[in-house]
Amino acid sequence: MGKDLLGWREIKVGCVITEAGNAAEYRTGDWRSDRPLWDKEKCIKCGICYIYCPEAAVVEDEEGYFSADLYYCKGCGICAAECWTGAISMVEEH
Amino acid sequence: MGKRVGMEVSIAAAEAVKQANADVIAAYPITPQTHIVEHLSELVADGELDAEFVPVESEHSAMSVCVGASAAGARAFTCTSSQGLILMSEIVYITASLRLPVVMILANRSLSGPLSIWNDHSDAMLIRDCGWIQVFACNGQEVYDGVFHAFRVAEDQRVLLPVMIHMDGFILTHVIESIELVDQEAVDRYLPPRQSLYRLDPDEPVTMGAYALPNNYTETQMAQNEALKASYGPILEAWKEWGDLTGRHYAPVETFMAEDAEVLLLTMGALGETASVAVEEMRAKGRPVGLVKLRLWRPFPFEEVRKALSGAKIVVVLDRAVSFGGPGGPVASEIRSALYREARRPAVVDFIVGIAGRDVAITDYKRMVERAYQLAEKGPEAYELYGVRE
Repeated sequence: MGKDLLGWREIKVGCVITEAGNAAEYRTGDWRSDRPLWDKEKCIKCGICYIYCPEAAVVEDEEGYFSADLYYCKGCGICAAECWTGAISMVEEH
Repeated sequence: MGKRVGMEVSIAAAEAVKQANADVIAAYPITPQTHIVEHLSELVADGELDAEFVPVESEHSAMSVCVGASAAGARAFTCTSSQGLILMSEIVYITASLRLPVVMILANRSLSGPLSIWNDHSDAMLIRDCGWIQVFACNGQEVYDGVFHAFRVAEDQRVLLPVMIHMDGFILTHVIESIELVDQEAVDRYLPPRQSLYRLDPDEPVTMGAYALPNNYTETQMAQNEALKASYGPILEAWKEWGDLTGRHYAPVETFMAEDAEVLLLTMGALGETASVAVEEMRAKGRPVGLVKLRLWRPFPFEEVRKALSGAKIVVVLDRAVSFGGPGGPVASEIRSALYREARRPAVVDFIVGIAGRDVAITDYKRMVERAYQLAEKGPEAYELYGVRE
């Protein structure tokens, strides 16, 4: 979690959450064992990785190339599996 | 102040829900709960109660509707029995975790199998740990009074928990009793309109029922457990105020002819009525026997149970459900826990009795007391399925 963890007395009645969008604080990137790496030589900027990423964790840079937002990327490998030119490889995290 | 009438207890229960001005009733019929919801359905159809009656397709949906309605700020009611409760049980737990003040009457009935429609407490014990406040009613008046108390406690801003009233199937649901009804004006004074702490509101959105990770779940359970324990004070307060209003006083544990008793019978629910007659007869013959009626099942009143029982030599627990492969019946387990730290603790003899509607007559209580003296010699884990045929 992005914030300090709550003590039991601080949890709202019924575990209600009153602020919107706080799922964004959840660092799903912690789950990752492999990270995707893009090879710009092979990338044709088609954006299929961006479309298929189930977590919307693929981001496009100013030049039109793609990379993973490692705060959220779970390392599922769907982008690598879907990439038409084989530009994405999954590299083990250490 | 009130009007005394002869009324089937199920009808009285439904009348209480009407007087409590419930907003949403969702229920699926099952014996022996049926008369309660049938009557509520009539009251709504006849315009006597301005509520939504949702005739759902299952008990799972009945409680789900109550959860949704309660989350939106409504006063919600349902009732069920036995197999219906099993189907409903997933949402029963969630209702408590969401801290929604739903009120349910459980018309107690045995669980399958074999299939049986008759009364015992095996369904109650199925959801023993569901997080609801749970009260066992001894007679029709307690059921009727209990409905107002239940909504009052459930909606108390210091509590915000669902309340379940256990009402013995047939013994109470299908019996006509003398019941004193309370004036609507008194009910309205006792039970103010519901105020929600959080509710589903498009203008002020909140999330209910979110996922909790291992790093938060433990804290949620602590909070829920502490909330249920802390409901004890408000439960007593609400009973006190009801007593002041009606002259009928309730307590978590009630004793009858218990002074200086060597043997104490302990009952939950309607058996307490017959037991009190049996105790009176035994006392008349000089037998040192008394009765303890346990009304509040959750939160469990440990201190009051200790106080009521610790002076006796033998406590005879009348359990109404089998805990298969366990240490006897579920009530006796709690009683043993309550007494464990006492230096001079009574022997706890457990009879599993009156299951699936088998009658427990006055003579049976006398036999159980005699048998308890023999069983007490066998040690603290003595239990028996009373009256079982070899």
